[in-house]
Amino acid sequence: MNALTKWLRDYLPALNVSDRQLADDLTLRGIAVEGVHTLGEGNGHLFEMDITTNRVDAMNHYGIAREAAAIYGLELKPLDTTLPAAAAPAKPFSVEIAAKDLCGRFTARVLRGVTIAPSSGVVADYFSLLGAKPISNAVDASNFVLQGMGHPTHAFDLDKIEGGIVVRLARKGEKLKLLDGTERVLEADDLVVADHAKALALAGVMGGWDSMITAGTKNILIEAAWFDPASVRRSSRRHGLHTDASHRFERGADFNACPVANALVAKLILESGGGSIEGELVDVVVPEIAARTAHRPAVALALSEVRRILGATANGEEEISAELVKRTLSALGCSLSGRGADEFDAKLPSWRLDLEREIDLIEEIARVYGYNRFANTLPAPLPVIAHPRAAKEAAVRARLLGLGYSEGISSSFSSEGDGANFASDRGRIVLENPLSEEARLLRPSLVPGMIAMLGHNLNRDVREARLFEQGAIFGGTQQTVVETESLAIGLTGNFAATRLHSAKDAGIYELKGVVESLLGLFAISADTLSVSAAERAIFSTDTPFWIEAGRGATVTLEGKPVGCFGELASAERAARKLREPVFLAELDLEALYALPLKRATARELSRFQAVERDYSFTFADSVVWGAVAHAIESLAIPELVRFAPVEVFRDPKAAAVAKGHYALLLRCVFQSQERTLREEELAAWSARVIEALTALGGVIRA
Amino acid sequence: MNEEIPQLKNYDEASLEAAFATLRDEVRNETAAGADAEAFRLRWLGRKQGRLKLVSDAWLKSAPANARKPLGMRFNQLKQEIEAALDAAASAPARKAAPGIDVTLPGAVHAPGVEHPLIKTMHEVVRVFHHLGYSTALGPQVETDFHNFEALNFPPNHPARDTQDTLLIAGQQSRPLRERLLMRTHTSPVQIRTMAAQEPPLRIVVPGKVHRNDAADATHSPVFHQVEGLCVDTNITFSDLKGTLDHAMKALFGSDVKTRFFPSFFPFTEPSADVQVSCIFCGGKGCRKCKHSGWIELLGCGMVDPAVFRSVNEMRIAQGKTPAYDAKKISGFAFGMGVERIAMILHGVSEIGLFYSGDMRFLEQFA
Repeated sequence: MNALTKWLRDYLPALNVSDRQLADDLTLRGIAVEGVHTLGEGNGHLFEMDITTNRVDAMNHYGIAREAAAIYGLELKPLDTTLPAAAAPAKPFSVEIAAKDLCGRFTARVLRGVTIAPSSGVVADYFSLLGAKPISNAVDASNFVLQGMGHPTHAFDLDKIEGGIVVRLARKGEKLKLLDGTERVLEADDLVVADHAKALALAGVMGGWDSMITAGTKNILIEAAWFDPASVRRSSRRHGLHTDASHRFERGADFNACPVANALVAKLILESGGGSIEGELVDVVVPEIAARTAHRPAVALALSEVRRILGATANGEEEISAELVKRTLSALGCSLSGRGADEFDAKLPSWRLDLEREIDLIEEIARVYGYNRFANTLPAPLPVIAHPRAAKEAAVRARLLGLGYSEGISSSFSSEGDGANFASDRGRIVLENPLSEEARLLRPSLVPGMIAMLGHNLNRDVREARLFEQGAIFGGTQQTVVETESLAIGLTGNFAATRLHSAKDAGIYELKGVVESLLGLFAISADTLSVSAAERAIFSTDTPFWIEAGRGATVTLEGKPVGCFGELASAERAARKLREPVFLAELDLEALYALPLKRATARELSRFQAVERDYSFTFADSVVWGAVAHAIESLAIPELVRFAPVEVFRDPKAAAVAKGHYALLLRCVFQSQERTLREEELAAWSARVIEALTALGGVIRA
Repeated sequence: MNEEIPQLKNYDEASLEAAFATLRDEVRNETAAGADAEAFRLRWLGRKQGRLKLVSDAWLKSAPANARKPLGMRFNQLKQEIEAALDAAASAPARKAAPGIDVTLPGAVHAPGVEHPLIKTMHEVVRVFHHLGYSTALGPQVETDFHNFEALNFPPNHPARDTQDTLLIAGQQSRPLRERLLMRTHTSPVQIRTMAAQEPPLRIVVPGKVHRNDAADATHSPVFHQVEGLCVDTNITFSDLKGTLDHAMKALFGSDVKTRFFPSFFPFTEPSADVQVSCIFCGGKGCRKCKHSGWIELLGCGMVDPAVFRSVNEMRIAQGKTPAYDAKKISGFAFGMGVERIAMILHGVSEIGLFYSGDMRFLEQFA
């Protein structure tokens, strides 16, 4: 809301601080002034207020002025509600509250012989300064009072009311045309202000079209009532109508303000439109609601409790004393009676329904005293307990960063299509109110998000990208959502061929290396902390559909799949119009985190020289490296400390190596812990290696 | 060919100094230029035509007696310098000008990946609180209405719920409201989960991802990150809250920053406050980054509302635990901050969406 300092000063004649100082002081007390705008000579300033949702009492000029009065210890000017004498009515206007739990008070006053005209005087001036659109004197009076002291009121054309007023629940299906021109179909729990024949207004939300003030209106009924916050909120939300009135009622209006607001509106209309009052104010009160709003039981407050919660004040600042407590709360409208020197009973003001408990009063004391006048102290620390996953998460992250992969964060949501294509087995969790059709699911996989990030780069001519994302994925059922930690790794770029891998396959093998490196952080079990999970990983060729057939692998540990990697399937790539191949890995971090971190055991380094022996073979493509490695391992030569493929060669011309075959250069390293190896030993081991490879169908090359 | 040695006209200190300074410069220039060691030796120490011999002949021999000592001293210094240069040349064998590398070409490095600025910022905040004795606690992103709202004193149908547009999980209508599932709108449910599981004293710091049904714009994203903190113990006061956050902000942004507390409203804290730090760019004088106010608003906080302790106790009793959170005996404070906001301010990021793009050009700036 906006506030005029000119208007605030009407209520605080003794205020002698500048507008800017006022703005700062209010803000530091929680009545936030977000902007101060100059309005020109003699007009003061316009304050752009940001009042927190609990302080509906301060969403008007009188409420803000009351806060200023408390800050500066000033008198607040009482509202002038004196009215001219009323003519006696033929019969009193009839008001009945049928829904006694939803309407606590209803005041009605009849004005006759009013002339509807444009507003003038202070109403027109202040509306103009606020930039508000004037409508007519009767309507503006109601808005002016709302801005002035905060209570919503409504003016009806009295001649459209049949019989009297009944505040009741709507009948299901009952129709009501509102001031905004729309016709609403009501539900049985919508509260309406009705006459004896029909609904006139949606209570606390918006008035009705048929009974509104028009240029021809002569006689007016002014309503100022108190409606139940939950009821107003329900109707306001159901009908999508957030109005100034509903905003206030649903946060708890001032029960005692009804007659005051009614009088203020009447006064303004009579001043601008002439006419006279007929009869006394009709004021129907529901005692049960009065008891829980205007007449709430006093709240006990102990100085010791104030100090226990608030702590020390800064050096040189006034202490929190019984006197300060009394002074502060009285200024806010509480009446305090002592129960001993340092204990009080605080009677609560009707306009502060947010105050209910001792702690609420403690907050008020701290707020008006000023938060920044309290000392800065530190509580004693407790020993820090490391989160059980922290070290593993940090290890995985550090390894990926070290390997050159940057960290990405993608959307938490996924389309139905991506859910089906990338994680059909995890279950789908649908949102009730998704941000868009493309974000209907909670992501069941990090892979689509990773592809989107790689695509984002490719579409901007960034041809090389290495990314990973650690995050939650969602599965299970709508009733039991299963949230698990997952890891996606993505790669795209130009790769050079190596002696082992073709350029086309290099991306896949890079990811295999990354996956092995990550598995290498973990031990296979708590009993064998030095045995890396990478050593036990089994790579198989069956992959999910989003990986191109034959272009990736699934990784299994102890019989359980923990992830997969490979080149994105061409159908998915085409669907996303990706210009380059992209390579992806997905790892189940829950499975990984279930393993302990590896603890390496150092082995003795040999003092004796290692000897390398290379072997060049051709094999049929059907003989995979795994088979070669297995055959060599099966030889169980203790001195064979390492072996590795050095080069894999396929001859496109099929000249040097026949079609369907490849040449393999194998390097074996022999070393003993105890002695220098002899030539005869080496020859014997070489012979065994050659024999084993020949048995696999290998042909030694000259 | 050696040039002539100029005649000395005066033998006073200043003239001697000037004359030897010229020779010393000659020596130094030649060594710096990498003169051939043998040529250099001959030029200066040659027995017949070496410059030192000439100096000795021209200056020393004709010097008046009282000038001999200062002259001789300077002569010896010069000679030592020449010999030292020759020794150095001898120990570092002559390096013939070889075709070298282009040292101005870029270095080759296997570049490590880049930490995401949000996660890095989040870790930095968490680390500050680890040092203050807070342990990390985590919670799920899919929460119940009870943990996200009700236990935090957002009653059903309360307007305070409007401030947190919530993404709801479909298919919950048949359940009681408190069991309905939603995407947590803040990290505060972890307060409830921790207190339900553990007795006081507590000091926890909670980093995490949260979601709101907010349209994306330059500063809003439906996904964002928070760091929450909770401290519960006997005798925890509002001044402890102030001191803790003042310390934390100084640890994060430098010991010069000041903090300022404003009343605010959160259903789960009372008193509640917003905290501003003095602008880390202008030191509080006012600049574009702080919108000329000298202050930047960074976090919300407050004393734990007794209603929260009451909810926790009800949960604990239902689980067969001792209530342990009697608001008359214990007290506490909680705080929460948006990681995106801090990272955007620290790094001058104007578009929040960049954090979620995976754009390498954006990320590599944080290398």
